[in-house]
Amino acid sequence: MEQLLLLIFLPLAGAVISAFAGKSAKLISTVFAVASLVLALFLAINFIPDASTQFQVNLPWIQDLGISFHAGIDGISMLTVLLTNILVPIIILSSYNHDYKNPAAFYALILFMQTGLLLVFTAMDAFLFYIGWEAALIPIYFICAVWGGKDRIRINMKFFIYTIAGSLFMLMGIIYLYLQNPAHNFNIEAFYALNLDSVQQGWVFWAFFIAFAIKMPIFPFHTWQPDTYTAAPTQGTMLLSGIMLKMGIYGVIRWLLPIVPHGVQDWSCLAMVLSIIGVVYASLIAFTQKDAKRLVAYSSIAHVGLIAAGIFALNQQGLQGAMIQMLSHGINVVGLFFVLDIIFSRVKTNKIEELGGIAKVAPQLAITFLIIVLGTVALPGTNGFIGEFLLLLGVYQYGIWAAAIAGLTIIFGAVYMLRTYQNVMLGKTNELTITFTDIKGTEKLVLYTICALIIVLGVYPKPLLHLTEASVQHLLEQVNHKLTTVN
Amino acid sequence: MENLTTQLQGVPLNHYIWLSAIIFTIGVIGVLTRRNAIVIFMSVELMLNAVNLLLTAFSVHSNDPSGQVFVFFIMALAAAEVAVGLSIIVMVYRNTKSIDINVLNRLKW
Amino acid sequence: MTIEQLIWLVPLLPFLGFVINGLGRKSLSKGLVGVIGSGVILASFIISVVIFFSLQGDTQKSHEVFLFDWISAGTLHIPLSFLVDPLSSIMLLIITGIGFLIHLYSTGYMHDDEGFGKFFSYLNLFVFFMLLLVLGSNYIVMFIGWEGVGLCSYLLIGFWYTNTAYASAAKKAFVMNRIGDLGFLLGVFLLFNFFGSVEFAKIFPQAAKMLPGNDTMVLITILLFIGACGKSAQLPLFTWLPDAMAGPTPVSALIHAATMVTAGIYMIARSSVLFDLAPLTQHIIAVVGIATALIAAIIALTQTDIKKVLAYSTVSQLGYMFLGLGVGAYTGSFFHVLTHAFFKALLFLGAGSVIHAMHHEQDMRHMGGLKGKLKTTFATMMIGTIAIAGLPPFSGFFSKDEILAHAYQASPILWGIGVLTAFLTAFYMFRMMFLTFSGKYRGTHHPEIHIHESPGSMTLPLIILAALAAIGGAINIPHVFGGNEWLAHWLSPVVAQHELELSHSTEFTLMGISVLAAVAATIYAYGKYVKGAHVPVADEAPRSALAKLSYNKFYLDEIYDFLFTKPLNALSKFFYKVLDTKFIDGIVNGLGWSTNEASKGIRLLQSGNVGFYIFMMVFGIIALLLYTFLYI
Repeated sequence: MEQLLLLIFLPLAGAVISAFAGKSAKLISTVFAVASLVLALFLAINFIPDASTQFQVNLPWIQDLGISFHAGIDGISMLTVLLTNILVPIIILSSYNHDYKNPAAFYALILFMQTGLLLVFTAMDAFLFYIGWEAALIPIYFICAVWGGKDRIRINMKFFIYTIAGSLFMLMGIIYLYLQNPAHNFNIEAFYALNLDSVQQGWVFWAFFIAFAIKMPIFPFHTWQPDTYTAAPTQGTMLLSGIMLKMGIYGVIRWLLPIVPHGVQDWSCLAMVLSIIGVVYASLIAFTQKDAKRLVAYSSIAHVGLIAAGIFALNQQGLQGAMIQMLSHGINVVGLFFVLDIIFSRVKTNKIEELGGIAKVAPQLAITFLIIVLGTVALPGTNGFIGEFLLLLGVYQYGIWAAAIAGLTIIFGAVYMLRTYQNVMLGKTNELTITFTDIKGTEKLVLYTICALIIVLGVYPKPLLHLTEASVQHLLEQVNHKLTTVN
Repeated sequence: MENLTTQLQGVPLNHYIWLSAIIFTIGVIGVLTRRNAIVIFMSVELMLNAVNLLLTAFSVHSNDPSGQVFVFFIMALAAAEVAVGLSIIVMVYRNTKSIDINVLNRLKW
Repeated sequence: MTIEQLIWLVPLLPFLGFVINGLGRKSLSKGLVGVIGSGVILASFIISVVIFFSLQGDTQKSHEVFLFDWISAGTLHIPLSFLVDPLSSIMLLIITGIGFLIHLYSTGYMHDDEGFGKFFSYLNLFVFFMLLLVLGSNYIVMFIGWEGVGLCSYLLIGFWYTNTAYASAAKKAFVMNRIGDLGFLLGVFLLFNFFGSVEFAKIFPQAAKMLPGNDTMVLITILLFIGACGKSAQLPLFTWLPDAMAGPTPVSALIHAATMVTAGIYMIARSSVLFDLAPLTQHIIAVVGIATALIAAIIALTQTDIKKVLAYSTVSQLGYMFLGLGVGAYTGSFFHVLTHAFFKALLFLGAGSVIHAMHHEQDMRHMGGLKGKLKTTFATMMIGTIAIAGLPPFSGFFSKDEILAHAYQASPILWGIGVLTAFLTAFYMFRMMFLTFSGKYRGTHHPEIHIHESPGSMTLPLIILAALAAIGGAINIPHVFGGNEWLAHWLSPVVAQHELELSHSTEFTLMGISVLAAVAATIYAYGKYVKGAHVPVADEAPRSALAKLSYNKFYLDEIYDFLFTKPLNALSKFFYKVLDTKFIDGIVNGLGWSTNEASKGIRLLQSGNVGFYIFMMVFGIIALLLYTFLYI
């Protein structure tokens, strides 16, 4: 139990120290992020991959309201915790070629957000979950609003209000569940045991679904996302796309499926259709984007749509695919945004048409970028394939047409990613890119790490699949049990 | 003293209710029709005291002292309120040389 | 050493070559890179030969070698395991054997290229993935190789990526392959649902017990066939292959003629049990195959780029192979894969030799009269041309006639179009030969005196391949010539066999007609291009309608552009500019805007008039009281 508390609050401690560290915040936050990573790996090694919730902490908190600090890790949480703690050091390292003003605040906010995220991914108490959910939003708002680009105030206001409007629906859902709960507490197990009829489940489903759909985002709740990704500083974009949107996916898996399975069953058709529309729609929009960052933002919507479709297919392959793809997408999208950041830091533009021929002057960047692109288009042997394959197989069992349409992402993804790669890296160097310097120092470290992860996870995904298998199976049993016994 | 109490208890409850209703209505009408802030203030006090009277009457009627305790609270509160309210009015008067509420309409959007 | 102990070395060696050449592409000398790159393939080839012969002496014809668990989720288990059986063992020989020759050739061809190390590492990687494709013991491992070779094809087509057109050709190849890959994946999903496994060893025995005419089987096989269409460049997905000629010529020989493009045929031959259960799919395959063969042959008639002629010829020959698959001649198709690998690799390498000598001139209108200068190249290419034209006793004759005989048995119309295609094939091949090697030298910017034969590293592979192209037919001589059909016999444990039921006299007649057609075409080409010294007209010169259609590739690229690319891009712009920004985001922003507007109206109630406030308060209290009295 001490390990879990340490895991959650180590970044917070790092945040407090960084906040007062001035110029050396960069270094201190890196140390804390790496320490968190080591701790997460330590937990992962000591984790027994069965369906049980391990490293549980259950401390009384606001006892009168039945609120406790109850957290624990099962296979699903373990994967998301790993995702968070792998990506945060990468994100912090990726900021090394920047000189942000007021670095102490910047790095403190990143670490503060990490604590919020870890709370979300480990909470077993709905109130704690909600606290974490909002605690993760506040730092990212400031990161984007203070260090962002053009028009950041308006865009961030929209993002903030949009997501918080969604979470208020969720809060209503949580309070409703709390009132229905005879034990009057926020314990997740008690929520699982609730006996709601399908009308009640429908309402709770929508309360939660809107919050999660906005966070992911699922079509048509996505319009905050491209603007926010484009206006945010690169590290903010990475945090948003790499980790934060997984909060929505995780929420669906942990708080939606087992609590209101009837609601999910009644509405999964609509959710599925929305997800799949999102896949095709966002891919198509990505075709003609001129700004590479915006293009990746739309591609991210497409990928997340596929993950959501896999989840709502409600079977083992779909869910495990979603788990793997959460991690893979996090790694790949962070890689993509980092490459774009490197390009932007050198030539001050991300406009696809203005670039070209970078491969000639920066071969190492070209190779790493290519590997990341291949991971994104799910080439077998890269991490993207494992996830997409399982997801499509899961969706396929829901309906062959669903899989056929969602599968278009295989083709469309190749079209827009390769078009981008070609226009940015291939062709002749122009006067803008002729002075381009190849990657060096931490840039190399970060990109090589990402590429190594892409290939290793693609060739030997078994440990990760094994990690989540029992928990996912348990979850499905829970859902099916409730579906068959209740009402 | 005994005598007075018995006599007071002899007054039927209805009379108290009517009296306080009349006082309260006077207060309401005063608040609605007068423009002088101090008069409005006094009318508000009338309304408060109408309620106090009613509370006391009911308290005696149902032999429950908590109503009278409540009255003490309200009186203490009213005193505090008067202190704050009057000082606001005094400050307003010093600044605008007027306590006509129709003139004091700056506090809006 | 048993097969199980050796087999993992076969793909591992090329992979090591890839890693070493990839990491050392700057530091290693060109000689060393060439030795490593070719050496690992040669070693693989030797091991493949050993495996082939030990399999021949083995009573157990199928060895499954398990490496590790790759993906498992629920009931799905996908091991990374290899399957060595007669079919894959022959593919190993072709891939490593021809692969080695082409590596050897590349040491000469690419010698002056600055990307020498990169080229060899890509080529090694390609061989690795191709071996994975044929060795996979289930559809998913096959799919790794399947997409992996697509990746290498992408990298190698776009090898000279500073040329935007080349980079676009690479992208086009990858995307069109991906269209097929989606079909393949869906087919595999359906297989998994139907059989509960993706392992060959679990699917085929179950399928063998089934009767033809199952609807699911039709759907599965059609989806798999779509996958094959993408990879093996069949209608309607073939337009990437001619564009793929942007890559260096050895790449065209290895990937876009001998190995990768035949993966579709390999896959269908491997799944022949399934395809036999779906007669409808077989009809579709036969029709698509013959249509591709004919259309590609017509296009090849008027092309002026030497590599484009060969590219369309490849598409056409692949069409033949699909025709064979469609009429149940699985062995015949696979036989044609073998012979085609020999003679088409030979022709491409020969063309490369010509291009090398001409300093990267590919237009045949600027060639001519090279036979005196490039003696070896000419002689070997001539053998290849005769083989592809289907003249006996060279290899192409046997394989093509086996397919045609089966086609005749299925439908004389298919056979008729097949013979017409054979006639066209002979014509355009000899046209290419005569334009290149006969007559007078027509080059302008490169003096004739500088042209000389390529180095030994390039001519040696030509000679070996020429020998194979000449005698390769011997491995499956039909009964009608007193042969024993060794290949059919060898493949019988894996690939479904359908005996010909034609009489020997019919077979001889059919052969006679197709040989006659080829000879006639040869004579016609000789008359036109050698005697008549005809030279194709310039690009912009007027042509007859049919020639125009052929020269412009039936406007297929333009049609696709009109049907898919433009509408999708327009849709994309519409979605982005109207639906997304205006409509959906409009609703979101509209919510915010209407809140603002509403607050602008409501705030006017805050008039600052205390009397009004008090009046509203009293009014509210009275209203509440009334409500309480009246309704509660």
